Amino acid sequence: MRAEAKLLIGLGLFFALCGVVYWIWSGENAGSVMLVASGLLGFLPGSYYLWWSNRMRVRASDRDDASIPDGAGVVETFPGSSIWPFTLGMGAFCAGLALVFGTWFALPAIGLVIWALLGAVVESRRGDPGSAH
Amino acid sequence: MSRRPADAGRARTWRRLGSLAVVVVAAGALSGCTVPSFGAHSSATTGGRQTYHLWQGFTIGAIVVGGLTLALILWAAVRYRSRSSDVHMPRQTQYHLPLEIVYTVIPILIVLVLFAFTVVVENEVTATPSVSRENTIRVQAFQWGWRFFYPGFVITGQTTQKPTLEMPANQDVKIVLQSLDVVHGFYVPVFNFSRYALPGVTNFFVFHPTQTGTFFGQCTQLCGLYHSLMWFQVKVVTPAQYATWLSSQQTAAARLAAAAARQSSLQQGTSGIQVRPDIGGGTN
Amino acid sequence: MTELIERQTAGGDGAIVVEVHEAPHDAHEHHEPTGILKWLTSTDHKVIGLSYTVTSLVMFLIAGALAELIRIQLATPNSSFVSLGEFNQLFTMHGSLMIYLFIGPFAFGGLANIIVPLQVGAPDMAFPRLNALSYWLYLSGSITMLLGFFVAGGPADFGWVGYAPLSTSIYSPGAGPDLWIAALLLSGFSAIFTGVNLCATIFYLRAPGMTMFRMPIFTWNMLVVGILILLAFPVLTAGLIMLYCDRHFGTHIYSLKGGGVPVLWQHIFWFWGHPEVYILALPFFGVVTDVIATFSHKPVFGYKGMVFATITIAALSMGVWAHHMFTTGVVLLPFFSIMSLLIAVPTGIKFFNWIGTMWGGRVRWSTAMLFAVGFLITFLFGGLTGIYLASPPLDFFTHDTYFVVAHFHSVVLALGMGAMAGLYYWGPKITGYMLDERIGKLHFWLFFIGANVMVLPQYWLGLLGMPRRVGVYPHNPEWTDLNQWATVGSVMMGVATLLFLVNIVYSWFKRVPAGDNPWDAQTLEWFTTSPPPHHNYYALPPIRSERPTWDYNHPGAPALVHGHREEPEASELARV
Repeated sequence: MRAEAKLLIGLGLFFALCGVVYWIWSGENAGSVMLVASGLLGFLPGSYYLWWSNRMRVRASDRDDASIPDGAGVVETFPGSSIWPFTLGMGAFCAGLALVFGTWFALPAIGLVIWALLGAVVESRRGDPGSAH
Repeated sequence: MSRRPADAGRARTWRRLGSLAVVVVAAGALSGCTVPSFGAHSSATTGGRQTYHLWQGFTIGAIVVGGLTLALILWAAVRYRSRSSDVHMPRQTQYHLPLEIVYTVIPILIVLVLFAFTVVVENEVTATPSVSRENTIRVQAFQWGWRFFYPGFVITGQTTQKPTLEMPANQDVKIVLQSLDVVHGFYVPVFNFSRYALPGVTNFFVFHPTQTGTFFGQCTQLCGLYHSLMWFQVKVVTPAQYATWLSSQQTAAARLAAAAARQSSLQQGTSGIQVRPDIGGGTN
Repeated sequence: MTELIERQTAGGDGAIVVEVHEAPHDAHEHHEPTGILKWLTSTDHKVIGLSYTVTSLVMFLIAGALAELIRIQLATPNSSFVSLGEFNQLFTMHGSLMIYLFIGPFAFGGLANIIVPLQVGAPDMAFPRLNALSYWLYLSGSITMLLGFFVAGGPADFGWVGYAPLSTSIYSPGAGPDLWIAALLLSGFSAIFTGVNLCATIFYLRAPGMTMFRMPIFTWNMLVVGILILLAFPVLTAGLIMLYCDRHFGTHIYSLKGGGVPVLWQHIFWFWGHPEVYILALPFFGVVTDVIATFSHKPVFGYKGMVFATITIAALSMGVWAHHMFTTGVVLLPFFSIMSLLIAVPTGIKFFNWIGTMWGGRVRWSTAMLFAVGFLITFLFGGLTGIYLASPPLDFFTHDTYFVVAHFHSVVLALGMGAMAGLYYWGPKITGYMLDERIGKLHFWLFFIGANVMVLPQYWLGLLGMPRRVGVYPHNPEWTDLNQWATVGSVMMGVATLLFLVNIVYSWFKRVPAGDNPWDAQTLEWFTTSPPPHHNYYALPPIRSERPTWDYNHPGAPALVHGHREEPEASELARV
């Protein structure tokens, strides 16, 4: 994961440097804060990747000479079809409308959002319905 | 394997063209006399004139760089198009580091030159030298018109819809720009200049008009329903005419004040002196 | 229901291809929903991406219709085709629909959603349910924005940038502006979640051998776009929430009355706004790169330079926001000027690399390639005029005039051509059918010529002094002719777009099957079927370069690592 780490930390350094230069040169608050915050957004995941890259085996997707059989085995578990993104989305939609039209919409918004979050969590834990988990 | 002559030659051509571009830009920006306007106003202020020359310089650079790039695109499009009889596998060239370095470094140099000229003109245009009181004009923008105040002087007969901003030629004139409500834009095309009227901020800038005449101005920052109708004019007159105009305004204002004072003393009991603006000017 | 994805080798050690398939726990319970349930519940990135593409094209058509109304109004100096208030609403909604709800979502929600997992050899996006949520938030945001047309007082009318104090409740009361804010909050979160998915997918789900420097340029650009989205969109969201608070909770963040700072809105908005335009542009830079390489039968020229240029553009783009504020008088001019001028350098590198990719190649002029080169030419003009705007003195007299309008329309119309190139290029992969090439070519020429007929007079109008966002110009009848030419150009583009719709319908009925790789293209997604199966790949080729499909199909024509090497060495040939 070294390339990813270098990319993010590099960007973070650049933004932090810009922020410092900008603050010294202009003294303008909003832009300086935003630039330094952007730097932090680069450092946070970047340093995490750097830390991990020093401790993990090189992944098959990072090796120039990896062959497809090297990636044999379980790739990942992906959620299949799910109604919960739609439900959560509709809850968010109601929340947006509540911002405009008042608390009329806040009630279905809260209801749909909570229902969707519960449903999604249960779905993740249960895994494949009808299986013995 | 050594570099092929064609590649080295191409790199050399790039370098030559690049330096040519820089020289032409510089020459164009500095001379400006026989260079076409490329659409900008040659301007009625000194700052505007410098901006105009900067525009010309940039445009020459843009024509050279853009023309070269366009020519390369069109040449590649035509020369390397596939013909139905053509089935060869083209050379799968993926890198050419020297060439890539050349077309990284030359644009950086061009950009630095453009920046240098920009800073010179920018410092001139944004300079605010000290200016006499009679040449300081306060411009107030509001939804949806303009008011012009001449601090220390009273001006009568002004409308707020397409009002006239009077100023003397060949002298520094300072504009103090304020907004009463939302963001407006004070824009005089022939002066090659605009500046926002920001609520809570007072902006200062100085014009040095070089020609007399009446020039159109308009609001350029969306400010609501009648933004399209927020016009004004700038009328540049000779310094003598300007001085005459200012003093005649004072005479007119004083006469109005005296008339109002007489009016209120006759009415006995009306408090305060009210100066009613007399649109159309007084007698004498 | 979850699906476990496994890869298994076929044929023992030393096999060239492998099987990729799902391993459901119960053999019988694995069926995909069909019909309307499919569109509501699918977490497959291809289905979600198709929903995004269709929705964003609908937004494009609505926004385009609004543009035609604007151009009709502006064709005469003192038209009463629409009232002044309606005109303000027209350009506000045109800009808002196009920028927030068409071109961004089309790029990262539509094209990238479908293509990026395919290009890296992944079975799906990293977070499929989050991906689906992104779409529903986007759809909600789009409907919320359009609801503005149905409330009393009409939709927002303060420009797509919504400057305070004009956008506060004193100067713009009513539901229309609030709907605008809510729409942007919804679609903003949609974009943020897509940014998360893009970064995670590219970091974690690449196939074996698909190292970072073997990814296609489109995927590289989408990675950088994902990072930019995460940097920029939260800033806009925060700014909008603050605007909402000013409007409804009595705060005074942007209004002077309680000690607020109106120009703060501009700083926050443009800190998002400038990276946003690169979020819009970089995907189409990527599309054009892949298209030009494919149709020139050559590898991308200067691959590492392209990657370096993309990263540089993204980094610089975060530091130039106040070049939109040069005329405020309260920003540090030289800092933003030099940063903005410097962005021209990596953009120039990309241009020369595109030319270098075509150079010496064998260029096939398919519709996608025509649109890609149309993009090059149009973006060249737009990009050059952007350099003028990076110089404050030149910006002082062009800002808020039609010069700027022409500049950004040059650029976004070029991006639109990039979008068309993407649709003609990847359409066959996604749908399995070819789009008709003859109608496509007519579509291209009409659109390309129309775009330039509209934009070139607008540059001139700006130099003559015509401000933007004005509905009438009675004191300047000399502007009429140029405005009428611009209207003609916009009508040509409208007709071109209708032709595109005709092409879609016609091609749908003709059903010419595409096959796996109709273009003899190079990157990984062309190895699988058209359309791809449920988890994208039944088999993967060896990945030894950034052109795995090409290497598999043309083992005798690998990329030359040094531009001048005559014979490839044996060690560079594709290996198991």
